[in-house]
Amino acid sequence: MELLPTIWFVAIAVLWTGYLFLEGFDLGVGMLMKLFARNNTDRRVLLNTIGPVWDGNEVWLLTAAGATFAAFPLWYASLFSTLYLPLLAVLAALIFRAVAFEYRGKVDSERWRNRWDWAIAIGSFVAAFGIGAALALTTTGLPLNENGDRVGGPMAWFSGHALLGGFGVVAFALVHALAFLALKTDGDVRYRARRWFVRLVPFAVLPMFGWMVAVQFLSGKPWTWALVAAAVIAVVLAWRLARAGSEGRAFGALGAFIVCATASIFGAAFPVVIPSTIDPAFNLTISNASSSDYTLGLMSIVAAVGLPLVIAYQSWTYWVFRRRVSAAHIPEAHGFLPAIAAKVMVSKDSPSSTRSQTGD
Amino acid sequence: MDALEIARWQFGITTVYHFMMVPLTIGLGLVVAIIQTIWYRTGKPEYLRMTKFWGKLFLINFIMGVATGIVQEFQFGMAWSEYSRFVGDVFGAPLALEALLAFFVESTFLGLWIFGWKQLKRGVHLACLWIAVIGSVFSAYFIIVANSWMQHPVGVDMVDGRPVMTDAWAVFTNNTALVAVPHTLFGALAVAGAFLLGIAWYHLWRRRHDGIDVVGKDGKLVPGEAAIPGRDKTDYTVWMRSLRIGAVVAMISFAGTAITGDLQGKLMFEQQPMKMAAAEAACHDGTGFSVLSVGNLGATNCDDIVAVIEVPGILSFLAKGDFTTEVKGVNSLLGEYKEKYGTHLPDNPLYGERAGQEIQYVPVMEVTYWGFRMMIGFGGIAAFAALLALWVTRKGVVPESKWLMRLAVFGILAPFGANAAGWIFTEMGRQPFVVAPNPDMNGIDQVFMFTAAAVSPGVSAGELMTSLVVLTAIYAVLLVVEVKLLVKYIRGGVASAMPELAHAQDSKDPHDKNDDGAGPDKSGDDVLAFAY
Repeated sequence: MELLPTIWFVAIAVLWTGYLFLEGFDLGVGMLMKLFARNNTDRRVLLNTIGPVWDGNEVWLLTAAGATFAAFPLWYASLFSTLYLPLLAVLAALIFRAVAFEYRGKVDSERWRNRWDWAIAIGSFVAAFGIGAALALTTTGLPLNENGDRVGGPMAWFSGHALLGGFGVVAFALVHALAFLALKTDGDVRYRARRWFVRLVPFAVLPMFGWMVAVQFLSGKPWTWALVAAAVIAVVLAWRLARAGSEGRAFGALGAFIVCATASIFGAAFPVVIPSTIDPAFNLTISNASSSDYTLGLMSIVAAVGLPLVIAYQSWTYWVFRRRVSAAHIPEAHGFLPAIAAKVMVSKDSPSSTRSQTGD
Repeated sequence: MDALEIARWQFGITTVYHFMMVPLTIGLGLVVAIIQTIWYRTGKPEYLRMTKFWGKLFLINFIMGVATGIVQEFQFGMAWSEYSRFVGDVFGAPLALEALLAFFVESTFLGLWIFGWKQLKRGVHLACLWIAVIGSVFSAYFIIVANSWMQHPVGVDMVDGRPVMTDAWAVFTNNTALVAVPHTLFGALAVAGAFLLGIAWYHLWRRRHDGIDVVGKDGKLVPGEAAIPGRDKTDYTVWMRSLRIGAVVAMISFAGTAITGDLQGKLMFEQQPMKMAAAEAACHDGTGFSVLSVGNLGATNCDDIVAVIEVPGILSFLAKGDFTTEVKGVNSLLGEYKEKYGTHLPDNPLYGERAGQEIQYVPVMEVTYWGFRMMIGFGGIAAFAALLALWVTRKGVVPESKWLMRLAVFGILAPFGANAAGWIFTEMGRQPFVVAPNPDMNGIDQVFMFTAAAVSPGVSAGELMTSLVVLTAIYAVLLVVEVKLLVKYIRGGVASAMPELAHAQDSKDPHDKNDDGAGPDKSGDDVLAFAY
């Protein structure tokens, strides 16, 4: 068995787990902007819970992709080129979503905000779905030829597994976000999020279980089956804890669920990184898709230092912004104060002239 | 257009677009960090206002760089899978390290800076910005290491037909990267300098135009006040300081780009002689630098090109540092390239319908020749304008001329143009290679790759076209939105980024330092900062 490729397979699984755990709730909060929030104040509460952290969370995706490129170039090349159109949709979604977070509050108009709210909600949905589908397909199979290129047209990758993975991540993100909001907000939003969570969580995890079990039937091992069972326990626990009003622990339990889920999925798929549905001989594995030991060794050293550091300072961020956000904290949308109003002219002769302020 | 051409257009558009946001992010980030540091040390209100105002514009732009940067990382695998397979062992590492060591730092600490005005101590808050800015510099370093390896592959051996990293130190200290990194950073600072200069000029002009500031008998400016939030005497200081900082930054960075660019050029004459010959449209060996060449630059041979004005010796100086060494022209290089790398593309299915075609070793000379001149021209114009601006405003007065003001504002575009032209030149000048051969590496196993072999074999032209159209449309829409927001906040002045100035005005003495204190708003809430 090759040690370094195995380490990097685990590392990439860890990066994806970190991504789903962290960006999971901010993708979910994004979708809840349209599904859950009832008015602009609610939406601003939602945004402020993820405001300081969503960008850092998204870097987990970039790092997972970059690490795949560096450690398993053939995995990266085959997965990304085969899923060209769905990943294009993910990119478009992530672009709109990111810009929307920043630009939404920059113009004080209901129409403007509404458009960007849709960009956030749809962007979050498409990104969650696309990434879920891509992860499901890399663990269940793609039509690859011996060079690792797609056989068939632009949609040849499509399968039921793509739907399971897509809806699996979307639904998980939604309940994960509800648990997060229950933990991070106060007042009406907090209690409503908790109620929704208790009601939805038993159903929301079903597609993810579908994906987990599908991978187990393809290539499961006893220990990965055990992880599926652990995931069941984690969900039951999360549900009971939320019902008992223990929001932090409920969030933690759901976090344990996603860790068990990805561990069982990647563990079952190991050592194959993309099974070929054309011919098992074309499977990409950790041995035939990986970089040289020199490159992997170098990356291992850097990651051994870098990743704990990332976890440390990201945790610090969460600690800095640990306080609950509530509607009472949200100030009136401060009117935009133009120093220079487009149409108002002042006589040049009066040095200290005054003029009335004009809004946009 | 076939798949290869579409994929190249898509990559080019994405990259040039991304690199409109990036230099402003890097340059402005650094400038804002310096300004906030001055505020931290002096406590002067104008520096807090500058931090908030330029910080606001920085963030509006930053997010666009983030959003388009993700495309950059994905498209190697999506559209260029053969390239990714070929170079992954050495090229993937800097990309992964960029994410792990730079992006995480940048995004996390910027989040802390945006939201932490109240939660964090002033020093810690300032440190967060510095850490984020240093992160962005590291990210530039890693990405240029990756790019430099495509320009000048080092530190590898060929194993089973693929380059495999054997010497990480060589890759990460590639001399191509070591000169390209400062060149790029100075280029980014030039963008920030012109940005500050143009916008500050506009505001100073506007204050005079609105009758707030008047010129006294001694030709000096007498700042006034208007009963509008943020348009007090401090406001004048904000813009005058910004203007001077911008002008100085623009001039320093032009000098920096010139020095590093010269080093880079000398390296490139050795490493990619064809690129430099094409930059000069230099067909024949010689020493002269073309000031103006006419003829059919787009032709694949040199026969039609006539150098109308040529300064003898200068080309040799650019290449070698003396005035007499003959520099090889396109015609003699062409023979060498054909001999070393073949006359026709291999008959391999990876080349698609281009398999077996004749190789065009001369880059599109219209692009290299004019790209090179636009880069230098735009950079020089911006620096000259900055010098002029400093002289004209030496008494603290911006001329009343509307046209000069417009010139200053449109001058913001010049360094953007220089940056874009530089990248287009260096990337298109590398063609037909995606990984240019390193002439120092001997033997048959030279590490190079033709662009024609790099595109994803499994992806159809239709998919590539879809992404070209979709992404270009998104970029166009978002560019309009970004510029509109920037204009809105620029016109809004400091108060647009500091709503607390409105409250300050109600309660008395505008010179009281506390009015410009760090507090975002008076609700006494420390859960939210100024975003969202």
